[in-house]
Amino acid sequence: MSGVEGKELRVVGFLCNWCSYGGADTAGVSRFKQPTDLRIIRVPCSGRVDPLLVVKAFMSGADGVLVSGCHPRDCHYAEGNFYARRRLEVLKRFLPFMGVEPGRFEYTWVSASEGARWQKVVTNFTEQIHNLGPLHHFGEGDGSGGDR
Amino acid sequence: MRIGVFVCHCGTNIGGTVDSHQVAEEAKQFPHVAYSTDYLYTCSEPGQQEIQQAIKEHNLDGVVVAACSPIMHENTFRRTIERAGLNRYMFEMANIREHCSWIGEDKEANTRKAIELVRMAVAKVANNVHLHPSYFDVNKRVLVIGAGVAGMQAALDCAEGGLDVVLVEKKSSIGGRMAQLDKTFPTVDCSICILGPKMVDVGQHDKIKLYTYSEIEDISGYVGNYTVKIRRKATYVDWAKCTGCGLCMEKCPSKKAFDYHNEGVAYTTAINIPFPQAIPKKARIDPKYCRQFTKGKCGVCAKVCPVGAINYEMEDEIITEEVGAIIVATGYGLMNIEELGEYGAGRYPDVITGIQYERLLNASGPTQGHIVRPSDGEEPKRIVFISCAGSRDLSLGRPYCSNFCCMYIAKQAILTRDHIPNSDVYVFYIDIRAPGKGYEEFVRRAQEEYGAQYIRGRVSRVYPRGRHMIVKGVDTLLGTQVEVDADLVVLATAATCAPGAEELAEKLRISYDGYGFYIESHPKLRPVETNTSGIFLAGACQGPKDIPASVGQGSAAASKVLALFSKDKLESDPQIAQVDESRCIGCLKCAETCPFGAIEERELRDGRIVARVIETVCQGCGLCTATCPPGAIQLQQFTDNQIIAEVEALCQAWKERSSG
Ligand SMILES: Cc1cc2nc3c(=O)[nH]c(=O)nc-3n(C[C@H](O)[C@H](O)[C@H](O)COP(=O)(O)OP(=O)(O)OC[C@H]3O[C@@H](n4cnc5c(N)ncnc54)[C@H](O)[C@@H]3O)c2cc1C
Ligand code: SF4
Ligand code: SF4
Repeated sequence: MSGVEGKELRVVGFLCNWCSYGGADTAGVSRFKQPTDLRIIRVPCSGRVDPLLVVKAFMSGADGVLVSGCHPRDCHYAEGNFYARRRLEVLKRFLPFMGVEPGRFEYTWVSASEGARWQKVVTNFTEQIHNLGPLHHFGEGDGSGGDR
Repeated sequence: MRIGVFVCHCGTNIGGTVDSHQVAEEAKQFPHVAYSTDYLYTCSEPGQQEIQQAIKEHNLDGVVVAACSPIMHENTFRRTIERAGLNRYMFEMANIREHCSWIGEDKEANTRKAIELVRMAVAKVANNVHLHPSYFDVNKRVLVIGAGVAGMQAALDCAEGGLDVVLVEKKSSIGGRMAQLDKTFPTVDCSICILGPKMVDVGQHDKIKLYTYSEIEDISGYVGNYTVKIRRKATYVDWAKCTGCGLCMEKCPSKKAFDYHNEGVAYTTAINIPFPQAIPKKARIDPKYCRQFTKGKCGVCAKVCPVGAINYEMEDEIITEEVGAIIVATGYGLMNIEELGEYGAGRYPDVITGIQYERLLNASGPTQGHIVRPSDGEEPKRIVFISCAGSRDLSLGRPYCSNFCCMYIAKQAILTRDHIPNSDVYVFYIDIRAPGKGYEEFVRRAQEEYGAQYIRGRVSRVYPRGRHMIVKGVDTLLGTQVEVDADLVVLATAATCAPGAEELAEKLRISYDGYGFYIESHPKLRPVETNTSGIFLAGACQGPKDIPASVGQGSAAASKVLALFSKDKLESDPQIAQVDESRCIGCLKCAETCPFGAIEERELRDGRIVARVIETVCQGCGLCTATCPPGAIQLQQFTDNQIIAEVEALCQAWKERSSG
């Protein structure tokens, strides 16, 4: 699939309240420009992100999903991000069986002070999704995926 | 359900790159939206009044504010709707500023994004339910970690406010860095003379329980009810018996132990009391240097101690304390001088650090206040100070300013000229940062009254030539190379985080920045709070800070604790997990996952086992919710239904966008 020039794709981000949501805020406060595709959903902890929520997002129309939490060992809830890492790693391997390229899903760690890092994460991830193009959805279209 | 949407312009902060009016117009189409409007400043008093009025006029039972980050204003608006009679949890924010207007310039794309963010928030509120806090008892004792000047101030203020204080200090005496200093800027009063009496107050206060030579082993619990395990490290001296007479120090044959208090400028004995004003004034053995430990025989101190306090068999002891709040005041560290190779630091004895120089100046220091060169013990005549040694240096990974160096260099320059009037003092600086009260005047005094020669420019290299050190640099004001032939070079090394700062943060579950300094809740509005309720910050652990600022923060943190404890019961956040007993299969996987032990087993009347959440212990992380196979345990305010509603609203918007 080709890149989508000048057109937004559908990217969902699940961000933990303490670190990554704060990091995204810091990036905003610092006016770090970012692609506009991403829509952020705030959750208390990356460990709250049930892999099924990610699957649900893909099934309902997302082209990419990003989960971001606190750096390992820096979790507001002690070990939530370790649970997240375990679950999301398994999910990552499972997604290809659903017809979702692994590059459409990432999880990262960004702390509240890392505005610049957040800018980089969003920019790279959005670019990655644009390179993959829109996701062709279960049972719809002819497989070209570019008809939306 | 009847939801009201209020879209903020935030002046031009949002309005500049998002069409707030259009967002409000579009929101009218969303399910459940009964009223929608835009406003210039929603958080202002008239803005909040407008919300309250709309709640009444339009009979709203849910509110969405599209404005800035919820981290900034969620509580503000929750209180707003509460005053209008709504449950505070029937509220959501759409972050159309930090996550939208400020990060993109394309007004059309931003507006579309803002509309979708509002749509998600509306979908979430439609699934919100009324939540009510419960109340729990507070243990009105406070733990202070670190007994530098900030921690001592905090401990004293809390104790004076009537609280029982547990003060834990890693070193064998309290006092922190300030106890090592000679005089303090900008008043040039003797450091230990103002600190000493405070140390005595701390040591004698009947409301302060002091554990020195101790460290935090483990912390569990939550605001109001923390359990702290403290490791009292073995001193090999029974402090209940030790009178601090110092006989052991006189007789100890191991005289080359590293002297921490004197920053290695001198040696001390293996058994020692770190400095004369130490509180508590008790001896401890440094086993690294003690012959009884390294060679297996000596025992001199045990023989001479008049009270039989020596105990070579002593072991670390773990003590448990219960407290309701914690003040962290662990201070700072200093960059290892060896990282500064271009200054010859660590290789040449006549290149020393500012804190070592402080010890040389100090009348109770190893030279009784005589400034001498470490290499030959002679009085230096030409002394060069180099500021920003490691600070404000991206290549060393420390782009920040260490805050107090410009000032202590000025102080040390003045003191040098006082001690050795015929000396030449040079200061290499990049810029002088002296914004405190009386600070600029102080630096000027160093230059004009004391004749310190300030050279603006970086030093490129320091190397020996004969008995001198050559300091090579540029004078950027004159645009020339300069070379100073120095007897002694003093580096203002960068302030770092305290050793072990990260590990402690992980135990406390507070955040730290890339340099290991602790992060406050809000840099402007909540400077001494952390994001973990009940844990506060004071002093240089939050970033390099001078004494006045550290003391100010110590008092601020104490007053926060006193305010917290002014209530007998604390409100617990109702955004916690809740078990649907009819769906729970009693597998208790949630209990295994919960990091806080907040889930217990419960037997129903029919003998069925289900999970039960202990309300005051649950921290609301939602790990259990993501774990539970039948989805029986749901984190309130972040239930599966609520998050899925957000995802679906978003996808619906996307679908409409691509078809329309
Ligand atoms: C050379 C030099 C000269 C200076 N001169 C001046 C001056 O003239 N005027 C001025 O205003 N400022 C001066 N300063 C700055 C001053 O030292 C600081 O402002 C002040 O010490 C900060 O106090 P604090 O309590 O935050 O930290 P600290 O003094 O660092 O105290 C922290 C305490 O916490 C303890 N601790 C650390 N980690 C733990 C742990 N995990 N568990 C238990 N305890 C722990 C430490 O042992 C220490 O006792 C100078 C600094 C330097 C380097
Ligand atoms: S001799 Fe004994 S009492 Fe005296 S300082 Fe040493 S340990 Fe303490
Ligand atoms: S949300 Fe669940 S896992 Fe998290 S603290 Fe509460 S009970 Fe424990």
